[in-house]
Amino acid sequence: MKEMKSQTLQAQEGRNAGFGTALSRVDGAAKVTGQAKYAAEFTRPDLLFGVVYTARIAKGKIKRIDTSRALAMDGVVDVLTHENSPRVTHFDLKLKDMSAPTVGHPFRALDSDDILYPGQPIALVVAETLEIARAAARLVDVDYEWQDFETDLKRATPFVPKVPGVGERKPKSRGKAEAAFASSPVQITGDYHLMPEHHNPMELFASTVFCEDDGRLTIYDKTQGVKNSHCYICNAMGFKRAKVRVLSPFVGGAFGSALRPQYQLWLAALAAKKLERSVRVVMTRQEMFGHGYRPECYNRIQLGADDQGHLKAIINSAVTGTSSYENYTESIVSWGGMLYQCDNAKLDYQIARVDTATPCNMRAPGGATGTNMFEIAMDELAYASNVDPLELRLRNYAERHQLKDRDYTSKALRDCYQRGARKFGWEKRSPEPRSMREGHELIGWGMATGVWDAMMAPTSVRATLHADGSLEVGTATADIGPGTYTMMTQIASDATGIPVERITAKLGDSDLPFAPVEGGSATAASAGTAVQKACHALMKQVLEQANQLENSPLSGARMEDVDLVGGRIQLSENPAQGMSFSEVFTAAGLDSLEAKKFGRPRMTRKARNTHSAVFVEVRVDEEVGMARVTRVVNAVAAGRIINPKTARSQIIGGVVFGIGMALEEESLADHRIGRWMNHNLAEYHVPVNADVPDIDVIFVEEEDHEASPIGVKGVGEIGVCGTAAAIANALFHATGKRLRDLPITIDKLVTD
Amino acid sequence: MKQATSPAGVERQDACPTRLTINGEIVELAIPPWTSLLDLLRERLALTGTKKGCDHGQCGACTVLIDGRRINSCLKLAVTLDGTEITTIEGLAGVDGSLHPLQEAFIRHDGFQCGYCTPGQICSAQGLLNEAQATTRAEIREHMSGNICRCGAYPNIVDAIEDVIHKRNSDPRMPE
Repeated sequence: MKEMKSQTLQAQEGRNAGFGTALSRVDGAAKVTGQAKYAAEFTRPDLLFGVVYTARIAKGKIKRIDTSRALAMDGVVDVLTHENSPRVTHFDLKLKDMSAPTVGHPFRALDSDDILYPGQPIALVVAETLEIARAAARLVDVDYEWQDFETDLKRATPFVPKVPGVGERKPKSRGKAEAAFASSPVQITGDYHLMPEHHNPMELFASTVFCEDDGRLTIYDKTQGVKNSHCYICNAMGFKRAKVRVLSPFVGGAFGSALRPQYQLWLAALAAKKLERSVRVVMTRQEMFGHGYRPECYNRIQLGADDQGHLKAIINSAVTGTSSYENYTESIVSWGGMLYQCDNAKLDYQIARVDTATPCNMRAPGGATGTNMFEIAMDELAYASNVDPLELRLRNYAERHQLKDRDYTSKALRDCYQRGARKFGWEKRSPEPRSMREGHELIGWGMATGVWDAMMAPTSVRATLHADGSLEVGTATADIGPGTYTMMTQIASDATGIPVERITAKLGDSDLPFAPVEGGSATAASAGTAVQKACHALMKQVLEQANQLENSPLSGARMEDVDLVGGRIQLSENPAQGMSFSEVFTAAGLDSLEAKKFGRPRMTRKARNTHSAVFVEVRVDEEVGMARVTRVVNAVAAGRIINPKTARSQIIGGVVFGIGMALEEESLADHRIGRWMNHNLAEYHVPVNADVPDIDVIFVEEEDHEASPIGVKGVGEIGVCGTAAAIANALFHATGKRLRDLPITIDKLVTD
Repeated sequence: MKQATSPAGVERQDACPTRLTINGEIVELAIPPWTSLLDLLRERLALTGTKKGCDHGQCGACTVLIDGRRINSCLKLAVTLDGTEITTIEGLAGVDGSLHPLQEAFIRHDGFQCGYCTPGQICSAQGLLNEAQATTRAEIREHMSGNICRCGAYPNIVDAIEDVIHKRNSDPRMPE
C-alpha cells in the first residue's frame, strides 16, 4: 500500500488529543484515497462469485426449480438451492444472533421449499466471474405454488407480543388516563402513520469467504459486529470457532441493517462449505429491500390538557409490522410517556404480521418513530391550547423519568431549549399558521424535543505498548461511520499522553477481545470506557517497571505523582525527572507490555437518556407543493463530547435521516402482488445534497459520570429523534395543514 | 496484450482489444463487451477505490473522470472507452503520496463518515471544478446532488468543496 501523506493529519501529529479535541479522522487518508477496503474488495485468484436468485412471488412454495440451463453455461460452477445445499443446524436457538428477536424462527436461506416473503433468496448461482453468474441466474426456472399473503399492515391483525417466561410485553401505564382525558378542557386526537423505510447504506451487503489451505475460513463481512457474525455462522454451519476469523475493517454505512447477519453471509459460507472454494456474494441494491427495514407504524395519540396546556392525560397506542416468522418489536409509545410530566398515561403497543422479511433496528429504532409522532401531537396540543410550542414543552417539563419514576443521571434539556431557541431566533416567530411569507414561498418555523437512550454494553479492550513507544488498542467493535477508530485513538491518547500518530486502533476482527454489535449509540461509551481502563492499567504497569529499575528517577512514585506527556512518564512536581516509555522498556529488557480490561456500565437506578431540542425552518412553494428545509438548529445534551468534529457529523447525519423521514423516504409495496415497487435509489428517495441546508449543532455538555464511567452518552441516534416532527410542525406553521402521515410528500401538500 | 479475464482465467474469445489510459498509465486490455467500466476497475484491475452502490447510475458512488468529465462508471461499457483517459480516486493523489487539495479538504471538514461514497464524491467534485459552473453554496449543492451520501455529510462536503474553490481563486498555482 502506498504511503499517503495528509497535511491535515500531519498537522495534528505530536498532539496529545484529549477529550474535546476536534481531531480529524485517523482513517481519513485511507478513505479519501480509496485505500480503505470494504467486504467485497478483498480478492484472491481462485475466488468464485455468487449471484442470488430471489423468489418472484410473495409467499408460497417452490414446486419445481430447474437449474439445468444455468449449470450448462460455460463458467458456472454450481447452483445452490434447497435441494442440494449442505446441511445446517436444526436448532433455531443456534441462529439467535445478538440482535435477533426473542420470539421466532430465524430465517434460513435455501433450507426448504417454503417462500416466506417477497425477495427471499431461493438459489445462489456460483461462477468463475460475476458476469457469468449474473447471466446464468437469469436462466433459473421456477414453478411456484402461491399462498395467500398480506403485506398491508392496515389489514393485518394486531396482537400483544408475548415473551415466554416474561408474559405480555406491555409498556407501563399510570393513573386513570381515559377519565382524565374525558374531563380535560383541551383535547387532541391524532392518527399518525409512518411508511416503511429501508436503511439503504451506500455499500452493498457483501461477504467474501476465503478457504485457506489449512481448512480455516477467513471471512470479510459487512457487519456491525464481527463477533456476532462469527458466532452465528459457526453455529449455523457447524464450523469450529477457532477455525473461522471474521473481519470487517471498514463498513460502508449500516444504520442498523448490519446488526443481524444478513443472508449474503449465510449464502457465501454455504457455498464455500459445499464447494470448498473461496466465494464472494454481493447483494444488489434491489435485493437489499429483501431484508430488514424500519417497520410501518400506525399510532393513535390522544392528549388532554388544562387550558394552560398542562398535560392531564396521555393515551397512546401503536401497531408496528413484523414478519410471519419472528416477533420484531420496538419501543414506540414510551417516549412521550417518559418525557413529560403527566399523572395519567395509558400506553398500548401491538405488532401485526405482514409477509415481508423481519423488520430490524434502523437508526433510533422505535424512538425515531415514537418521538417524532408524539412531538407532532404536542404541536397540535400547543395550537389547541393556544400556547407557544416551546413554552408548552417547558410547562410540562419533567425532572424525573416519568415511566420509571426515577431521577436522571443528567438532563440538560432546558439548556437545549434555551440555547437552541436563541440561536434559531424562535422569539421572532409569528405564531399564526401562514403568517410568514417571502415572495411566493410560505415560511414555517417548527420545533420538537428529541429523546433517546444512553446505553452502554460490556466491552473488552487490549492495550499493548511496544518498546518503540507505540501503542495499540484493540477490540472487536466496528466503525460503521461514527469514527470509532478516531474515538479509540483519542481516548488512548488522553489516557497515556502518547501522541495520536503513535497509536493504532484495531477493530473489526473476531480475533480481538469481545465487543458487542455497534448499535444503540453505545459504542463510544462502551469501547471508550474499556480503552481508558486498559490504558490506565497499562500505564500503571509501566510505572511499576520504572519503580523497580536501579537508580530509577521514578523510584517510589505513584500514579498520582506522575504526568504522562508525549510518551514520557515524569514527576508532576519536577517534570525534568522522568523516563520515556522506551527508556523504561530498554532498561527493564522488555519488548512490550499488555493490559486487557473489561469496561461495564456503572450500577445506578437512575435513568440514562440523551435529549435534544430541534428548531427547523421550511419554505413551501404552495403552487407546486414543494417543501424545502432551509434551516436547522439542533441543540443536543449527550453528556461529554469526545470529539466535537465527528460528533457534529453524527448529529448532522441524524438530522438528514430526519429530513428523509419527514419528506422523502417510503418503501411502497404493491399489496396486490406483495412486492416492493420502488426497490432502488431512483424511486426510494433519500435526501441528496440539495435537500440539506446548513445545520447548526449545539452541544450542551453534561458532567455525568453515572451515565458511563467516561461521561459519554452517545450521539449516533439522537439527531433523528425530533427532527422529523420539527419539520412536520414547521410545515403546519407554513401552510396550516396538519399532516400526520409521514413522509409528507408533494401529493399530500397539494391536496386538501 | 493482457487478457482482462477473471482471476480464475476464464478466457473469452469475444473479448475486444481496448486501450485505456488509467491514472496516467496506458493499459491495453482484451475486455468482454459486457463488462462495465466499474466492474473492470474493481474486479479486474484491483482499483477498488471506485465503489459500487447501485450499479444503475442512481447513487454516484462509482463516479470517475473520463477525459476530465465526471461519469457513473457503472453505466459505461468499458469497450466503448477505447482511447480515453480515465482518472479514479487512486489517481488523484500526487505520485509522492501527497493528497489532492480536495482529499485534504474532505479530511479537514469531515466530509464523510463511513467513507463509501467518498471516492465518488471527490471525483465528482473534481468534475465540478473542471466544469467551473458552480461557485455558490447553493450551486455546489445542486451540482453535487448526483452523489448520495447516506451518512448525511452533505454540509461538510459543501464546506470542503467551497474551501477548495476559494483557495483556487486566491492561488492560481493550486493544482487543477
